Amino acid sequence: MPEREIAEQKMSYRQAVREAMREAMNRDDRVYLMGEDVGLYGGCFNVSEGMLEEFGKERIIDTPLSESGFTGCGIGAALGGMRPIVEIMTVNFSLLASDQIINTAAILLHMSGGQFNVPIVIRMATGGGKQLAAQHSRSLEGWYSHIPGLKILTPATVEDARGMLWPALEDPDPVLIFENTTLYNFEEAAPVNGTQVDITSAKVRREGSHVSIITYGIGLHKSLKAAEMLSADGIEAEVIDLRVLRPLDNQTIFESVRKTHRAVIVDEGWKSVGLSAELSARITENLFYELDCPVERVCAAEVPAPYAGHLEKASLPQPENIVETVRQLGGIYG
Amino acid sequence: MADSKTETKSREVNAQLKSGKRKQAGSGKDNARLMHHLLAQMIRIRRLEEKSYELYTREKIRGFLHLYDGQEAVAVGVMEVLEREDAVIAAYREHGQALAKGVSMNSIMAEMYGKTTGCSGGRGGSMHLYDKETNFFGGSAIVANGLPMAVGLAQAYKMQKRSSLACCFFGDGAVGEGEFHESMNLASLWELPVLFVCENNLYSMGMPFELAEAETDLLKKAASYRVEGERVDGMDVTAVLEAARKAVDYIRSESKPWFLECQTYRFRAHSMFDPERYRDKSEVKEWKKRDPIKMFSERLMDEGLLDEKQLADIESQAQQEVEESVGYAEESSDEPIETLSRYVYSDMKNSE
Ligand SMILES: Cc1ncc(C[n+]2csc(CCOP(=O)(O)OP(=O)(O)O)c2C)c(N)n1
Ligand SMILES: [Mg+2]
Repeated sequence: MPEREIAEQKMSYRQAVREAMREAMNRDDRVYLMGEDVGLYGGCFNVSEGMLEEFGKERIIDTPLSESGFTGCGIGAALGGMRPIVEIMTVNFSLLASDQIINTAAILLHMSGGQFNVPIVIRMATGGGKQLAAQHSRSLEGWYSHIPGLKILTPATVEDARGMLWPALEDPDPVLIFENTTLYNFEEAAPVNGTQVDITSAKVRREGSHVSIITYGIGLHKSLKAAEMLSADGIEAEVIDLRVLRPLDNQTIFESVRKTHRAVIVDEGWKSVGLSAELSARITENLFYELDCPVERVCAAEVPAPYAGHLEKASLPQPENIVETVRQLGGIYG
Repeated sequence: MADSKTETKSREVNAQLKSGKRKQAGSGKDNARLMHHLLAQMIRIRRLEEKSYELYTREKIRGFLHLYDGQEAVAVGVMEVLEREDAVIAAYREHGQALAKGVSMNSIMAEMYGKTTGCSGGRGGSMHLYDKETNFFGGSAIVANGLPMAVGLAQAYKMQKRSSLACCFFGDGAVGEGEFHESMNLASLWELPVLFVCENNLYSMGMPFELAEAETDLLKKAASYRVEGERVDGMDVTAVLEAARKAVDYIRSESKPWFLECQTYRFRAHSMFDPERYRDKSEVKEWKKRDPIKMFSERLMDEGLLDEKQLADIESQAQQEVEESVGYAEESSDEPIETLSRYVYSDMKNSE
C-alpha cells in the first residue's frame, strides 16, 4: 500500500464520521452500514449522505423501525464474519435494542466461555440541548458504560470522530460510539485520511496546574470554554477528555489529579449513581491524600429534559456553572 | 466438542438425504439405518434429560433447568437435514438441540456441572450451551432474543455467498415478543435463508397458548410477513424430518425464510420450580400416549425395521453415554477463581 499523505483539512464532525465510514468500507468489504434512514434519507443527521449512491443498497442498508431486530441482526452478522456498523438514530431509541446490546452483545463472549466474540460497532447520537424534550435528549452513554463487555467511545473532536471508527471495527468486541448531536456541525482541522487514534486512552486537551476538569463529549467543549474564562482569572485548569468511558483510563486521570490536587467532573448525564459518581469514587479511593479539596461534580439536573429553552439550558452543565464550581474549590486562589 | 460417532453417522445420513438416495432406499438397509439413527438420537436426548432431572434433585446441577422430554422429535427431525455449517440458534430448553447438532454429551453434562470442560467453559450452564465447532449459537434465555441473531447470521451467509442457513428454535411464547415479528419481517424483506422453527408446546410457562395469542393460527402470522411455512406434527420424527427437508430445500433454492410450526408438548414441568397448576394431569397423560419415542419405536417394530435386540442396543448405548458423561463431568475440574474476570473482553487487559 502506498504511503498516505497526512494532509489536514477543515471539516465538520459530521463529515469526519462519514469519511471514517467511507474509508472503512473501501478498506474492508466486510464492513457495511445498517440502520434507519441511513440510505435514501442520507441519515437522520445527514451523516451518511451520498453513501447509498457510492456503495449501493447491499452495503448501505435502510432498515424498518426495528431497533431490536436490526441491532440483533448486526450481532448475528458479526458472528457470521461480517463487520457491521449499526446506526441507531439516537440513544433514546437504543432502549428498544437494549435487549440485544446488553443481553447479547455484551455477554455472549462470556456466556460462551470465550467462543463467540461479537465484533460489532453501534453508532448512535446522544445528548440534549436542542429543545427536543425528555424523550429525545438523553445522555445514556454513562449508563451503558455500567455494563461489562461493552466498550464505550465518546469522540468529542473531529479527529476522534474521524479516527475512532477504524480501531473500533478492528476491535473483536462490541463497541458503542456516542456522537453528541450538538457536535455534528462543529468544525476543526483534522487529518483528511484519518490518523490512527487509539481507543484506549483519555487525553489531556488543555494543560493546567490548578484543577483537573474531567469530562467527555460535548462536556469537553464546555469545559474548554470554562478553562479560558478561568484563565483570565489566573486559574489554569487542565482539561481531560475521557474519550473512552469503558474501560476508563485511570492512569491519565490520576496523573492529572496528582499534579493539580483538585478535580471537577463535568458530565451531561445525571449525577446520581452515574459516571461522575464512579469517577469521583475512583479518584477518592486512589488519591485521597493527594486531594486539596473534595471532588466536585457538574452534571445534568435530576429532571427529565424540559422542552422550554431556558429550562433546558438550566438543566445542563454550562461553562458558567463549571467556572463557578472551580472558583469555589478549597484553596484554588491559593 | 462434537461427538465423533454421532457426527459421522449424521454426515452419512445427510449425504443420503441430499443425494435423494434415502427416498428410493425405501425399506432398504439405508432407510433402516436412518430410522435407527433418528430413534437413537431421540433416546439419547431423553436419557440425558432424565439424568439431568435426577442430578438436579441431587444438587449436582443447579440454577434453572428446563427439560425437553416430549419434544425430542422436533430437534432430531430438523437437525437431520441441516449441515454442520448451518447455524443453530436455540433458547434455554436446548439440551436436545445441542445434542442433535453434534455437541458432545460430555461437554453438555460438564457444562451443567459448571466445569471448565463444559461446552461454555462452565460460564453458561444449562440455559447457555454454545459450541463454535458445531455452529451451535446457544442457548439464549431471553425469550425470542436469539431470533434477530439468526437473521444476522443468515444475512452474513448471504453477503458472503455461502449456501449455509440459520435455523432458530423458539417456543410459542416467543411469538408474542416484538423480536419475533421484527425478525420475521427482516428475514422476509431481505430474503434471508432463515428457518424459523416454532415449537408450539401449548404453554409459555403457565400461560396457555390460546390465552396468549389473539390469532392462534401461526401460519397466518407468517403469511402476514410473506413467509411461507407449514404446520407439522411435532411428535412424529419422520414427519418433522420431511417437513424440515422441504423447508431447507425451499430456503436453499429460493434464498427466503421458512416458518415451521411443530405441534408438540412438554412432558415435564416448565422448569424445576413449577408446581404445574395451570394444566391437568390428564392432559399430560393424554399427550404422553403420543410420546415421540414410543410411537416411533412401535411403528418401526410394526414395519419390521426394528427388533427388541436393536432397541435394547440403542438404549444401552445411550445409557452408557449418559453414564460416561456424568463420570466425565464429575472428574472435570473447576475453573480456578483467579481467572474469574476472563471472557469479559477478548483482550484480558480491558477488564476494568
Ligand atoms: C423476555 C423474557 N420474558 C420472560 C421470561 C421468563 N420466561 C422464561 S421461559 C418463559 C416461557 C416461554 O415459553 P415458550 O417460548 O413457549 O417456550 P417453552 O418454555 O414452552 O419451551 C418465560 C415467560 C424470559 N426468560 N424472557
Ligand atoms: Mg411453549
